[in-house]
Amino acid sequence: MPVIKVEGLSKVFGKNVKESLKLLDDGMKKEEILKQTGDTVGVNRASFDVEAGEVFVIMGLSGSGKSTLVRLLNRLIEPSEGNVYVDGENLATMNKEDLRRVRREKLSMVFQNFGLFPHRTILENAEFGLEVQGVDKEDRKEKAKKSLEMVGLGNYINQLPEQLSGGMQQRVGLARALANDPTVLLMDEAFSALDPLIRKDMQDELLELQVAMKKTIIFITHDLDEALRIGDRIALMKDGSIVQIGTPEEILVNPANDYVERFVEDVDRSKVLTAEHIMKRPETINIEKHGPRVALERMREEGLSSIYVIDGKRNLKGYVTADDASEARKKEIRDINEILKTDVPTVGMDKPMQEIFEIIHDSPVPIAVVEDEKLKGIIVRGAVLAALAGENEVNIDA
Amino acid sequence: MLDFIAQIPIAVWVKEFTDWLTEAFAFIFDPIKNQGGDFLDWTSDMLVLIPPIIVIIIVAVIAFFLTDKRIGLPIFTIVGLWLIYNQGLWEELVFTFTLVLIASLLSILIGIPVGILMSKSKTAEAIITPILDFMQTMPAFVYLIPAVAFFGIGMVPGIFASLIFATPPTVRFTNLGIRQVSRELVEASDAFGSTGSQKLFKVELPMAKSTIMAGINQTVMLALSMVVIASMIGAPGLGREIVSALQNANVGSGFVAGISIVILAIIIDRFTQNLNK
Repeated sequence: MPVIKVEGLSKVFGKNVKESLKLLDDGMKKEEILKQTGDTVGVNRASFDVEAGEVFVIMGLSGSGKSTLVRLLNRLIEPSEGNVYVDGENLATMNKEDLRRVRREKLSMVFQNFGLFPHRTILENAEFGLEVQGVDKEDRKEKAKKSLEMVGLGNYINQLPEQLSGGMQQRVGLARALANDPTVLLMDEAFSALDPLIRKDMQDELLELQVAMKKTIIFITHDLDEALRIGDRIALMKDGSIVQIGTPEEILVNPANDYVERFVEDVDRSKVLTAEHIMKRPETINIEKHGPRVALERMREEGLSSIYVIDGKRNLKGYVTADDASEARKKEIRDINEILKTDVPTVGMDKPMQEIFEIIHDSPVPIAVVEDEKLKGIIVRGAVLAALAGENEVNIDA
Repeated sequence: MLDFIAQIPIAVWVKEFTDWLTEAFAFIFDPIKNQGGDFLDWTSDMLVLIPPIIVIIIVAVIAFFLTDKRIGLPIFTIVGLWLIYNQGLWEELVFTFTLVLIASLLSILIGIPVGILMSKSKTAEAIITPILDFMQTMPAFVYLIPAVAFFGIGMVPGIFASLIFATPPTVRFTNLGIRQVSRELVEASDAFGSTGSQKLFKVELPMAKSTIMAGINQTVMLALSMVVIASMIGAPGLGREIVSALQNANVGSGFVAGISIVILAIIIDRFTQNLNK
């Protein structure tokens, strides 16, 4: 069962909510509704599921409704229509008391500008969630301390927020959210106010923490690079609607429409695509059957200067070059082992393209992509360049 | 042209209404007048009993610590209070101070909850704002008339009139302070599941504190100015010296009493401002 299930969730700001919702159902656009009823559509019938332990990124430009959407999830904003199930309980229809209980026990939020209480120390800030739950003093102090230690702030507990840098303040925000051990972490543009280097550190740290915590995280951002870096799945929003949901690869490689495509256009593809996406089916010879003569023949046919050698189980053995093969033929050497070279440059299927770049630069032969020692494909220099240029011949099915 | 309707007897209505109030609520007004008056007398009697030298020293020491151990304000309090004593106005000073203290405390006690109510409800804000405007713009002397009707003459009606005149700033600043708390902090407090009162006491009031204190400072200063006016209906203190100086056209004693009020005002103002830090 998904931890969070959102069904047809809408928010209309204004006075003619009913009318506007009807117009939305009729398929009218955001601007047309604004003109007709004066209402602003914040979120338009969003539906999605988030599984336990997943990092689900909601991304869109400012005004796309992503911040409204995340506030509908913990009902900081009242939904106009639709349901939000958290662990099977419908948040949208529950009474105030139940809502408070769910907020205390299951949903924590991290804010863009940190949302720290300036009159409370770091420790008191981290305690806040437990304090409103009525956890006793010693207990909550201990939990808050643990949580602060987890984000590396164990030595700052008696400082005030203003004494800390932005990155550290957001760590406090994160520690506060984690202190009451929620099921779901809502992060609203949590790293957007930080400068780029710190932002990257925080992303890494979140991913590191996530390995240990396995929380369900809903992360809001306007930064596609950030979305691609941390998201298991990404929902793209435009004008209050979700236009595409998919893994980072799916979104990059198969943009659902022009809007998504334009979004994706200026992403640094080298960070996202991996060896798997740009490898080709390799030409090979079998070490058990073929000799230098066959190798030379194959290379001539395909116009290659080297060829990979495998055994009957597709285990990679090495490669031979055309020069060595023709030399061997002249000397009438039959055994391919004598000319086999084993200094093969190999990478795994999930090697990011950025790193492949460096390897391929120094390599005289195409790079072998292997998994469990089996040859899966090869990468030639041309394919890397083509992928960087964003050509569509990228092979994702391989 | 404009006389198509005869004069509307507003003055008569208000008078009749006040008369009715006075009689109908005598069971409330009378105990306030009697017990309240006794309490005020008792308070000022107690304060007068303390030797002036001790009061001056205590006030100066408090001033010293309030202003981060600087000596400006302590010296001013010592010299200022001594001067008032020297002019033979010590007892009047104590009366005035008692009035200001009690009027201010009551104003704050009433003003902060009303301000909180205003900040939480748009309807309350819409209703209360014009009432506050009315309370502040109506010339202060006007309040003296019903005050006398309800409570006779003396300290109690003085405090009643000060209350009406001095409460609005506390109400307004409390409302403003709470509304100014950043949206993100309010959201943070809601998102972690605070109840309304947890939000108010753990987040909103602490965040609004300095704004509320600015309002309280205003309230205290207005109470002081009203206490002087209230001398016209028999409230004792420095104000009465001024009123009698006015009646006798005595520039000298009027000036001395005036200066005493200025000294008291400066001391109270600096004290309440520094409490805020």
